[in-house]
Amino acid sequence: MPAATWIRPESHGIYIPPADCWIDPARPVARALVTHGHADHARGGHGRTFATPATLDIMSLRYGVETQHAVPAAYGETIELAGKVTATWLPAGHVLGSAQILLEHAGERVVVTGDFKRRADPTCPPFEPVACDVLITEATFGLPVFRHPPIAEEIAKLLAARQANADRCVLVGAYALGKAQRLIAELRLAGYRAPIYLHGAMERMCRLYQEHGVDLGDLQPVAGLPKAALMGQIVVCPPSALNDRWSRQLPDPITAMASGWMRVRQRARQRNVELPLVISDHADWDELTRTIEEVNPTETWITHGREEALLRWCELHQRKARALALVGYEDEDD
Amino acid sequence: MEDFAQLLDALVYTSSRNAKLRLLADYLRKTPDPDRGWALAALTDGLDFPAVKSAVIRNLLMERVDPVLYALSRDYVGDTAETASLLWPEPAEPPSPPSVSEAVDILASMTRATVTRELPALLDRLDANGRYALLKLATGAMRIGISARLAKTAFAQAFDVSVDDVEEYWHGQTAPYLPLFDWAARGAEPPSGEDLPLFRPFMLAHPLDETVVDMADYAAEWKWDGIRVQLVHVANDSGGETRVYSRSGDDISATFPEIASALDIPAVLDGELLVRGSHQGGERAEQAGAASFNALQQRLGRKTVSKKMLEDYPAFVRLYDALIVEGEDLRELSWEQRRARLEAFVPRLDPARFDVSEVIEAATLDELATIRERARDEAIEGVMLKRRDSPYVAGRRTGLWYKWKRDPLLIDCVLMYAQRGSGKRSSFYSDYTFGCWDGDPDKGAELLPVGKAYFGFTDEELKWLDRYVRQHTVKTFGPVRETDKSLVFEVAFDSVHASKRHKSGLAMRFPRISRIRMDKPAHEADRIDTLRALIKD
Repeated sequence: MPAATWIRPESHGIYIPPADCWIDPARPVARALVTHGHADHARGGHGRTFATPATLDIMSLRYGVETQHAVPAAYGETIELAGKVTATWLPAGHVLGSAQILLEHAGERVVVTGDFKRRADPTCPPFEPVACDVLITEATFGLPVFRHPPIAEEIAKLLAARQANADRCVLVGAYALGKAQRLIAELRLAGYRAPIYLHGAMERMCRLYQEHGVDLGDLQPVAGLPKAALMGQIVVCPPSALNDRWSRQLPDPITAMASGWMRVRQRARQRNVELPLVISDHADWDELTRTIEEVNPTETWITHGREEALLRWCELHQRKARALALVGYEDEDD
Repeated sequence: MEDFAQLLDALVYTSSRNAKLRLLADYLRKTPDPDRGWALAALTDGLDFPAVKSAVIRNLLMERVDPVLYALSRDYVGDTAETASLLWPEPAEPPSPPSVSEAVDILASMTRATVTRELPALLDRLDANGRYALLKLATGAMRIGISARLAKTAFAQAFDVSVDDVEEYWHGQTAPYLPLFDWAARGAEPPSGEDLPLFRPFMLAHPLDETVVDMADYAAEWKWDGIRVQLVHVANDSGGETRVYSRSGDDISATFPEIASALDIPAVLDGELLVRGSHQGGERAEQAGAASFNALQQRLGRKTVSKKMLEDYPAFVRLYDALIVEGEDLRELSWEQRRARLEAFVPRLDPARFDVSEVIEAATLDELATIRERARDEAIEGVMLKRRDSPYVAGRRTGLWYKWKRDPLLIDCVLMYAQRGSGKRSSFYSDYTFGCWDGDPDKGAELLPVGKAYFGFTDEELKWLDRYVRQHTVKTFGPVRETDKSLVFEVAFDSVHASKRHKSGLAMRFPRISRIRMDKPAHEADRIDTLRALIKD
């Protein structure tokens, strides 16, 4: 018997007909269940939006999602939808507020991981493997070449570059939601106490993290500071600002980027990165395959990323799997 | 090996030429012999380990990783050595990296029989970055933006010697270049090359573009569509030696034995290698013509040449400069003086193998422009302009030589397939196959592929095209994506020839994307017939 016939992958999201709900839809719908706050998953304009309180805060900050249309779901909380479908939000370990969504209907359990990782992250609770019949997983780094190194090694590289260049600054490109705050929190854990300087586009999100109890230490805006004040300092900006005119106000910056893609030399080169930091908020190859083994679903559905390789792995391990041709999820900046 | 691995990575992540020069010069100064010589050879593509080839590495990987997963990874990463370095199973033992020269010794001692045992053992002594460096060193496919010229400039900078001297002394030397380091770093006598058939760096031309030159100061010649070669003959005890060098300094004497054996007077000559025929040269073709580049291509890349090849595609060299004649270095003389010496010299050579490139009489640039217009009818690439008083200098010096190619042909084609690129473009869909209609598209005609291009667009356009391909894919075949045939390219190309290799029966020469025609609907793209009408074979 085919599994979970009550869930249907459509080109712009995952649809649940009995509840008339969509998961992470790419266009406005009446009812949206949202896994996390990144732009490719959380869009504005839905009738009602179901998500964790932190994700709703992020959405209201970024897309002005109105609170009367928002239904908060705490981690572990189950919400009854129409058509005898229930949904439970569980930690995904990706960014603040990120969740997997467990859907239950007619005795079947389906888990949508959203984006996730298995490494420790001081900014959000860890991923919890949940038993299910169908696991709908991402595959952003779904190639065996992607094995993220321990984050401590990458943080040490960053601190060493700063140490060795007293007359320059290290400019780190990092996704404004999640990566930037994790990087800062990890620097703090490594004992780095100096102020960290922020591009203007980072400030509000960092404040939101702090309001949610994440310790980011002393953060200062770059705007208006003379070059001399930034020598020997760490500056964090969105990846798009790395090669932008904006960076000309900085003292001869060493261009760094924190991203899982930095594992591949030519990808770093394409972005003119001098100091690649392999730091990702997505599961790497080992985490993806380990998660499938641990969850041990009857079927694995793969939403986006390098789905061919993960499909192949499932085939080699006699696991039933399919790729969903969803559009619009891209994580070029992770 | 760690220092070399670090150098490689630093070079990969450095885009500024000056910073690269500094990194390399530092490494050359600080690293002991013979490691630095081996490293230099690896960077300038001068190492060859017959037993260690890409295919061997691929096979080793396939024994350890599923072939499909390997293929997908290789396709994404765009580089075999890097893919292998990342996929190689982490050894249980901590790394114990060899020195560069130890690695070179081990690699050189490998045979086809032992490589499958010894290469894995060597890889197991390294971490991922070390494995990358080792495999790059072993296979020579560096792709890190270090030209031989840049390496030589860094060498010159490291030891404060002239880069022209480095160029001159380099070519008779083999890795690890100990005499070269002795000379540059320790002030020893420079290596002598007098009786060796050495390559001298070519003098190169800038595109004329918008530059306006006074024809009183310049001489014009045809730009023949062959390959640039340098011929070197030296006399020695064993009866003399001749080398034919390609533009990159590769020795191609074995590919063109009839040329190598025809030069028997000591000299260094510069010219265009062509095949006899009547395709290029129009009315003059009878006495001074040449076959198309297509014909020459039959001869390229062969290590041995059959008698039939020699008869069907007889090669000759159309000479246009003389660097050295019978021991006398002419490079400091003006073009006019060298030309006179060349014209006096060539009659002493076999006329079946050598002639002199004709000088075009044109009093003004406008007059030359009119003559250049004719170049297409005569299937010549364009014209060259050479400053009459210029010495022969290595490289591309402003104002001395110009190339003025005829305007390209243009045709509107539809994007059909895209494939990921390599190197700098890895993971971008940057190789495009495009087609023309085989009839009236409104009456059910179909697209037939007519060519493939992977340049002509800017980095910004590439990003746009990559996204376009991803969003308009209708099917994938391994690394190839078939797109929905909605995007029109204006394709520029130099000429088109009949070809049995392609379904359309056509092969374009030097096609490149000239514009992305977002404004043009696909059914308005050109038809095969339009392209076929441009054949001049």
